[in-house]
Amino acid sequence: MIRRHAWLWGAAALVYAFLYIPLAIVVIYSFNDSRLNAEWVGFTLHWYRVLFSDAEMLAAAGNSLIIALSASLGATVLGTMAGLAIHRYRLRVLPALVFAPVAMPEILLGVSLLLFFLQVLNLTLGMLSVIIAHTTFCIGFVAIIIRARLQGMDESLFEAARDLGASRWQTFRFVTLPLIMPAVAAGALMSFTLSIDDFVITFFTKGIGEPILPIQIYTMIKVAVTPEVNAVSTLLMLLTLAMIIVAARLESHAASREAARR
Amino acid sequence: MTRDTPRSTRAARLLTGGPPLLFLLVFFVIPSLIMVLTSFRFPGEFGGLAPVTAPADQAAGEYGFTTEAYAFFFSDTLYARVFLKSFGVALATTLACLLMAYPLALLIARSEKRFRNLMVLLVILPFASNFLIRVYAWAIILGPQSALSRVANTLLALLGMEPATLLFSPFAVLVGMVYVHLPFMILPLYTNLEKHDPALLDAAQDLGARGWQRFWRVTWPLSLPGVFSGSALVFIPVLGMFAVPDILGGTRDILIGNLIKDQFLGTRDWPFGSVLSIMLTLAVLSVASLTAWFARAAGRTP
Repeated sequence: MIRRHAWLWGAAALVYAFLYIPLAIVVIYSFNDSRLNAEWVGFTLHWYRVLFSDAEMLAAAGNSLIIALSASLGATVLGTMAGLAIHRYRLRVLPALVFAPVAMPEILLGVSLLLFFLQVLNLTLGMLSVIIAHTTFCIGFVAIIIRARLQGMDESLFEAARDLGASRWQTFRFVTLPLIMPAVAAGALMSFTLSIDDFVITFFTKGIGEPILPIQIYTMIKVAVTPEVNAVSTLLMLLTLAMIIVAARLESHAASREAARR
Repeated sequence: MTRDTPRSTRAARLLTGGPPLLFLLVFFVIPSLIMVLTSFRFPGEFGGLAPVTAPADQAAGEYGFTTEAYAFFFSDTLYARVFLKSFGVALATTLACLLMAYPLALLIARSEKRFRNLMVLLVILPFASNFLIRVYAWAIILGPQSALSRVANTLLALLGMEPATLLFSPFAVLVGMVYVHLPFMILPLYTNLEKHDPALLDAAQDLGARGWQRFWRVTWPLSLPGVFSGSALVFIPVLGMFAVPDILGGTRDILIGNLIKDQFLGTRDWPFGSVLSIMLTLAVLSVASLTAWFARAAGRTP
């Protein structure tokens, strides 16, 4: 068994190395006492100090947080509705509209929203336009997660609630919603991560107003590469790692509660 | 007991499906239509668009609607070449991803059940870090002062060749594209391979098939739906990508995405940018329907 898989293991180890070495290098250089990302000179926390005294970067992080929270709230509500509607009713238009923004290259959504905001809404591009744009592309991801959860559930639960006299709203509030809650939470976390991370759509809909994190990072990479970028990157990696752990906890918590119920 | 009347069912459907439908009509469908409309306009003198009707104090000029932007697209082979190159990069990225993803997906699918989730998580984890950071990491690795570049150039010097720059090259673009999209190939492949019945391989072995034969005649054909969905998930986003060539590529490595970006944020020729975007949409739609067709055909005749 081991021998038969030997070459598979070798190939897989190479792929894992390919996935992790670049990120490890970014983390290591964030502690390097040198302006250049070339040789290891010595350990320093200098770049983190630079980062925390960079007012623009901190403002950008704050703005990104506001955008991600608002967009994930909007996308979670609308995406949950869309997931429920698509699962329950035979619809034709809604599924196409929900899943198309997920499937197509981001640049197309960015460009069409740019034209729409400037031409039709006459909106000055800024935080609001970015929030709307992020909500638009996150709805599909939430709907996919909600629908997957609903597909794995027993329809008779809802029928039983209705037979016992619950109204549609009561069935939703006291049966459906608690059952899909883990998926709702997963969808919210996913939207939050997608929004914080998104560069392309933000790039087209941001205007020239407030600084936003991915754009700030992009400018740093393109214009003046200092190891401060490595420090931001390392902190962002820690943040996503923490979020993944929270998501996994939520899921296992929900799973164990469900197991206890049965 | 509550009775469902057709009317109350319609109302419930409207209440759950209505709001997302309305939101997406306003912020997805209308913007797409606006883009199509924009492609038939004249560019403004200072970027943006010229008014539809001529101002009263001016003679008739370039106002209203036109197919000029489309004519411009077809007048120069430059644009067709960039499209062709983007297809080439997308194809190369897809093949490289397939080559790297297949052994890993196969290994995960054939590992013991309790390790599988961890191995999948290890694939997703780096992918959860910021997209720009993943691209930027390669700018460090391939940069002129990096260890990799110095080793490569020492080797080249020993062979008596000119030193090469790894960064700002088509190679760097390909590596970045593969790095950013690899999980999109691994996950659908794994989902497919995981469902294969091991009894099929045992049967093939009993019938005298050797290792490679078992792979080519059993595993590979059965995995084709996974191969096709993974390929679509890699090919389509690569086709529209501008950030990777922007950060890792040289001036000659621009793709469709970079052209589109320049029209909206550089030269500000909106009609032509819209034409390019529409062409990209058509390309994406044809690739998507082609893959769906292939996947169906592969699913029918295993």
